[in-house]
Amino acid sequence: MSAPLKDITPAERARSTSFYEASARTRLELLLDAGSFVEFIGPEQREVSPHLKIFDLPEQFDDGIVVGRGRLDGSPVFVAAQEGRFMGGAFGEVHGAKLTGLIRAARQIGSIPVLILFDTGGVRLQEANAGELAIAEIMRAVMEARSAGVKVIGLIGGRSGCYGGGGLIAGCCSALAVSEPGRIAVSGPEVIETNRGVEEFDSRDRALVWRTMGGKHRRLLGAADVFADDNVQDFREAALELLELVGPFGLDALKAEQERLADRLRRLSACSDAVDIWTAEGIAHAETVPELPADQFIALADRTGRTSRDAR
Amino acid sequence: MEDLRFQHRVRAPAGGTRQSAIVGVVASGNLEVLVERVLPDVECAVDIKTAAVGFGEVWTAVIGDFVERYSPGGLRFSINDGGARPDTVSLRLAQAVRLIAENGQ
Repeated sequence: MSAPLKDITPAERARSTSFYEASARTRLELLLDAGSFVEFIGPEQREVSPHLKIFDLPEQFDDGIVVGRGRLDGSPVFVAAQEGRFMGGAFGEVHGAKLTGLIRAARQIGSIPVLILFDTGGVRLQEANAGELAIAEIMRAVMEARSAGVKVIGLIGGRSGCYGGGGLIAGCCSALAVSEPGRIAVSGPEVIETNRGVEEFDSRDRALVWRTMGGKHRRLLGAADVFADDNVQDFREAALELLELVGPFGLDALKAEQERLADRLRRLSACSDAVDIWTAEGIAHAETVPELPADQFIALADRTGRTSRDAR
Repeated sequence: MEDLRFQHRVRAPAGGTRQSAIVGVVASGNLEVLVERVLPDVECAVDIKTAAVGFGEVWTAVIGDFVERYSPGGLRFSINDGGARPDTVSLRLAQAVRLIAENGQ
């Protein structure tokens, strides 16, 4: 028999809860110090999308994103968590405005970091213009917050991954943590296949999708700084690690990042598959990377990872 | 979309002190239930917005059974439904009552 639920510590509960399977609210509850989360513009305020009604589609009281403040190991943080099961976690007008407002608040205060738990397919097509504008506003807000000294950390491990405008915003963050089921890209598998043909990208080839966009590849390429196992406690520890790790942001950091990306393109542009890239990066038996358990993969990534602490 | 509203007189108020709680998600075959402690002790109201049109009788039965079983006095339930089955609806309502029956904010 397992121990009664009330005897389980929050850390044990977080360790045994899949980040991928959990709801946005459960992720926040278990990621932050127990009982510390305070929501802004909660569901009882009913700030729902003004557009979905026109399409005869159901609304959600929080418009698919939970924003607020809480504590992480005692220190204050701002948090936002997208609900990937509501319309694919997509950015609509209200959804986007809640995140923009949160990041702008962080910029004004200056000393409190922001954690964004991405879980999104990108812009919500039913409110495309408002959604695209929201993406632009959020990207600007992230860069302004970082310029003001605020750390903006992205955590990616949800069922909708981090696609479209979500991928662009993730690219603006100070640092990212990703798990194996988390995926980061701009165009999703089906978008690429629709536009460029099945020879270019077969969206039904799950192994191809995961080794091209999945967490392991993003970690090995240096797009994500930390690889987390798929449980909320691992993401909590990753967030704490990243908050320690993030250096100052300015023109020098941007130049270093540009150089890192240009160098990566030079070295790897001839590769046609992720396995070729891993081999080129000096990983023996690169074809076994997708099967590696999290602990072995983390050890491998720590040996070969090239993320420069000066970049981003 | 179809809007439905149910009002019941109930035997006793719901337990606990929390003012509101939310469970579930609006997705295909799922629903969210927002529950708020805003009514007199002997009243219960359920407001539903559902994507599945024409199931008023099923909702009447499910809500009637739920109110009889839990006597959720003082509570207003607001539901956004993505076409959940009756058993899912019953479970979400039960979850919502259990959550608001906790003590706290």
